Amino acid sequence: MAARFFLGFLILLLHSIISCGVYEDQVGLADWHQRYIGKTKHAVFHSHKTGRKRVVVSTEENVIASLDLRTGDIFWRHVLGENDPVNQVEISLGKYVITLSSEGSVLRAWNLPDGQLIWESVLQFSAPSRSLLHVPTKFGLERENLVFVFGGGWLHAVSSIDGEKIWKKELYTEGLDIQQVFQQDDSDILYAVGFLDSLQFVAYHISVKNGEVLEESKKSFPSGFYGSMLLVSQDILVALDASRSSIVLINFARGSVSFHETYISDIVPEVAGIVEIVPSKLSGLFALRTDASLVLFRFNSIGELVVENTFSHPTILSDSISITEGHQVFAVMQHAETKVHIAVRFVNDLTSDALKETIELHPQRGNVQKVFINNYIKTDRSHGFRALLVMEDHSLLLVQQGKIVWSREDGLASVVDSTTSELPVEKDGVSVAKVEHSLFEWLKGHMLKLKETLMLATPDDIAAIQEMRLKSSEKTKMTRDHNGFRKLIIVLTKAGKVFALHTGDGRVVWSLLLRSLRISEGCECPSALKLSQWQVPHHRAMVENPSVLVLAKCGPDFLQSGVFSIIDSYTGKVRSSQKLPHSLLQVIPLPFTDSTEQRLHLVIDSNFEAHLYPRTPDSIDIFLREISNIYWYAVDSVEGIMKGYSFNSKCKADMEDEYCFNSKELWSIIFPAHSEKLAIIATRKMNEVVHTQAKVIADQDVMYKYISKSLLFVATISPKAAGEIGSVTPEEAWLIAYLIDAVTGRILHRVIHQGAQGPVNAVVSENWVVYHYFNLRAHRYEMSVIEIYDQSRADNKDVLKLVLGKHNLTSPISLYSRPEVVVKSQSYFFTHSVKVMTVTTTAKGITSKQLLIGTIADQVLALDKRYLDPRRTANPTQSEKEEGIIPLTDTLPIIPQSYVTHSLQVEGIRGIVTIPAKLESTTLVFAYGVDLFFTRIAPSRTYDSLTEDFNYALLLITIVALVAAILVTWVLSEKKELRDRWK
Amino acid sequence: MKHTKPVFSFLFVALIFSCSSLGFQSDELVIEDEEFGIEGGRAADLVHAIPTSTPASRRRVDLESSSDSKSVQFTLEHAFGDSAYSPAGTFTARLKTWSHGGKTLTKLRFSRNGLTDAEKDAFKRLLEEDNFYTIRVPSNVLNPPGKGYILSSVPARCIPRESLDEHFVIHTDGVDILALNYGSAGSCQYPRPLKFPKKWSFNSYTVMKNSEQARRTPTFTEELLAAETGEEEALKAPERSFWSKYWMYLIPLGLIVMNAITQAMNLPEEQQPAGQSASQAQQPIAQRATNSAARRR
Repeated sequence: MAARFFLGFLILLLHSIISCGVYEDQVGLADWHQRYIGKTKHAVFHSHKTGRKRVVVSTEENVIASLDLRTGDIFWRHVLGENDPVNQVEISLGKYVITLSSEGSVLRAWNLPDGQLIWESVLQFSAPSRSLLHVPTKFGLERENLVFVFGGGWLHAVSSIDGEKIWKKELYTEGLDIQQVFQQDDSDILYAVGFLDSLQFVAYHISVKNGEVLEESKKSFPSGFYGSMLLVSQDILVALDASRSSIVLINFARGSVSFHETYISDIVPEVAGIVEIVPSKLSGLFALRTDASLVLFRFNSIGELVVENTFSHPTILSDSISITEGHQVFAVMQHAETKVHIAVRFVNDLTSDALKETIELHPQRGNVQKVFINNYIKTDRSHGFRALLVMEDHSLLLVQQGKIVWSREDGLASVVDSTTSELPVEKDGVSVAKVEHSLFEWLKGHMLKLKETLMLATPDDIAAIQEMRLKSSEKTKMTRDHNGFRKLIIVLTKAGKVFALHTGDGRVVWSLLLRSLRISEGCECPSALKLSQWQVPHHRAMVENPSVLVLAKCGPDFLQSGVFSIIDSYTGKVRSSQKLPHSLLQVIPLPFTDSTEQRLHLVIDSNFEAHLYPRTPDSIDIFLREISNIYWYAVDSVEGIMKGYSFNSKCKADMEDEYCFNSKELWSIIFPAHSEKLAIIATRKMNEVVHTQAKVIADQDVMYKYISKSLLFVATISPKAAGEIGSVTPEEAWLIAYLIDAVTGRILHRVIHQGAQGPVNAVVSENWVVYHYFNLRAHRYEMSVIEIYDQSRADNKDVLKLVLGKHNLTSPISLYSRPEVVVKSQSYFFTHSVKVMTVTTTAKGITSKQLLIGTIADQVLALDKRYLDPRRTANPTQSEKEEGIIPLTDTLPIIPQSYVTHSLQVEGIRGIVTIPAKLESTTLVFAYGVDLFFTRIAPSRTYDSLTEDFNYALLLITIVALVAAILVTWVLSEKKELRDRWK
Repeated sequence: MKHTKPVFSFLFVALIFSCSSLGFQSDELVIEDEEFGIEGGRAADLVHAIPTSTPASRRRVDLESSSDSKSVQFTLEHAFGDSAYSPAGTFTARLKTWSHGGKTLTKLRFSRNGLTDAEKDAFKRLLEEDNFYTIRVPSNVLNPPGKGYILSSVPARCIPRESLDEHFVIHTDGVDILALNYGSAGSCQYPRPLKFPKKWSFNSYTVMKNSEQARRTPTFTEELLAAETGEEEALKAPERSFWSKYWMYLIPLGLIVMNAITQAMNLPEEQQPAGQSASQAQQPIAQRATNSAARRR
């Protein structure tokens, strides 16, 4: 009877735990959400007389967005997905945004005011080529409003009203590279020009009406062309010859093609080195970038090249825009230390500036990479200009009247790695006035809350309460708090910029564009960026600041040498930076710190030699002491080979470098190429804490979890099934899951899922693995769980032995012992496809775990790990029920309240990071993609603290009232007694 | 789990009669032997091993054992620390060709070459240095070495016991060898003590492992269908006991009864003095009555 009552209570409790959504008025209390777009590739202004002024941009994160020109806010935004990059964006008819994406195979029109999709056309595609979009600027009334698209070897004319394909023409032959599609104003002829094998110039004259090729002119140029050509004026193109020593003028007017070659050294004698045509459309002018400068050329009336101007580096040119009939302007941006000079000049007359301004830029933004200009009519009827600047750190600025009107930190749309740092400890000596003020605030707040509880509050009061909760100054303080909710999230972006974000409100505390990763320092594309905690002072936390390590290399080539920078976490200043003398293949943070609490790191280079950092005698002592117990592994995912290594001796190459160690190959696993292809490798988090190794199961039995830091989960899929879902039959597809010990290379468990296909996502924690894949037989996504238990400790159940100390629980374990493991597994259907998956982590590992799943809808779903218990059975016994085992179902439930992101979306979600708070019940969650989202969750509710909403005033008043009541009744009873005695 | 019970008791006995570390090592072997089903016991050089595959595949092996199969051999090579590799033994297996074209290895046998004096010295040096003893096999059995060699290493100090005890687990996929798990036959202590074997010969155990098929996801389609057709109405809920059905009525009833009982218990006690007084009250009247009657008389 009592057990039943208990069970009922338990079930009630269970339900209350599971349904832990947030209420409407709790949104924004602990969470924040920031929306970004990424680095801008194209920008088109829309600033007509009427309507809101806006700029439509497409970005490298495959986002199309319409931004408010006044504030920089997003009017609307679409994330096109990873495999649908935007090639071109234009505005057509003044109301549609036309985008060309997926290498010119998808054309879409979006409604300019609200971003709704008007139409979408999938265009024919035969071979990869350049993708070009031509939207005629002048629309006649009688003409159909066509846009012309070249992509995938086909030229299409598409109606901009409804996306109907009017005509198409294949312009594909082997080696043909169409580079420009354009129309000479008002004519009915469309020109498509390009190179054939870089040796021949080809121009097609195509009828706009039906796509017929009216004329095809070809002319070969014996010395060949380099790169791409540029349209300078109506019928003149320029290109460089193959040796890049001369400028070739291509005149193709009236069907005949003529070349005119001019040696660069003849007109600009001082030019040396590699030259390149700047792809800025300047209508009549063109620019060459040389090693030293930017040279602006013009054709004079007799067709000769004349140098107009020479700019020193770094200089950026915009495309030209026409302001009045016959007047074209373009912008020149020149850097002078932290200042940028913006000059808007007339194309016809370079001597006079239409505008000249100088703005001060934040030094951490780097150089200007792109500039887009737009003109407007000022109040005094003259022309004003605004410029949209794309900076080196991927941020976007709008400059007008010599001021930065707004700026967007769009580098945060491409976070590649993140870590956290504690805030400084609060120093003593807070002023009395401050305490009084905060006490007053506190009292006021609680009085208001009390009013609300007693339903006496007016709507104004309720609004005040909500505002007070959202803007609590506690949240955004720059000091450590008791619960460990306030931290700094340090993120590293693709551009090589480091940001510190405050967890309270998500504001940028500091940012730093690493000098060694700037283009101006010769770093063309920073890659393999990694962020790691370098120093976390505990002993001297009051005097010393923590620091983080940024490791990167310039370029995708793995032979490139790396950059090693240490940054102070509180100030964002570089403490030390160096170029590594070796290449950078892999970084291994070791679980050791030296006497100054700097974490030891091993950097593996391409010769499999390990270099130890920091380079101090102290660290080498620690390392040599532990060298026989340090192992590492490398994965060649292309070949399908995994290899394990240990360190044996000093590098043989240079004996004098005592921080360099040789690796010795210990084990290898080779996946057969014909049947297995590596899909994913997942490991446990380095900092994960496991509360207990023992798991008490029903009937008072104990199972010991197999807990090893070196546990690897590897999944391989059949090579045929590497494509899209549904491209193979279930017989040809399989997924093989491995549990591998990374020290010895032992396969602890290997299991085949027939008919399963990727993409595979996996998460490893404690002694379990959860992985997600598609089941072709069941036509559904599936999640499997494997739990691994250690049998070698299973005989430690005898209490007597424990008392007598005859157990092996405290003896060190060697992974070279033969493993005796038991594996339990189970599979469940899951409705969603998954982008990322992770698990909650807490300070002590006591709180039950939740899986955090980044869904296809870019939301974060919390799923209790108990649903993924391999011991679930259809009819759990009484004791199993008491243990908390949920009856077996074939599908995992998706509870709408358990979306961590509630109503928000983290567009293009790429990663979820969980950070333990000091409070055991709570995990901080940081999700990043194009957007950033932060919140804190309590998987088993906050059992160890009162919520922030707890009304202390009500409690206090209740106590006071009770005490008063006790006193009053006591006095009354005393009096009554006295009266009674006198009777 | 049932058959492990005696093992546990044996283990316990062994623990009592021996020092903990030694006893521990020998016991675990017994468990392993049972688990992997190694036949032939501990013959010095030759151990038969049965692939631990699913029962279904094993049955097929038995059925088609007479069909065409040929024997393949591949060599095991070893290296002491950083030395070069030299042959150490030969694996012999039967190659089965299935009707669908797949090939699998079965009936793996292993014969180890005896240690030469030079090798013995090298091994001794390894033991003293606490270095790694490395072995390798080709990744493809038919055209070695295939994509490369499969390596596996173990600290040399993990191997010696009475003799040199080693344990191989070969993971295969058709004729490809995926991985070779090599190590001591039992546990390996840490820190590793320097210990020389009494007998300088290898005592090898070999196990070949094929892949294991995952369990199918449980589907409850029948139940769902039943739910759709409304059949579940016919499935009555299990009969609950009288007590569990009516406890909410029974408890107040019990309380009332209890209340009534206590009242009933109290009632007689209260009635007695009340009755007495009544009788006392009546008595004088009666007395008086009798008196009056007497007077009347």
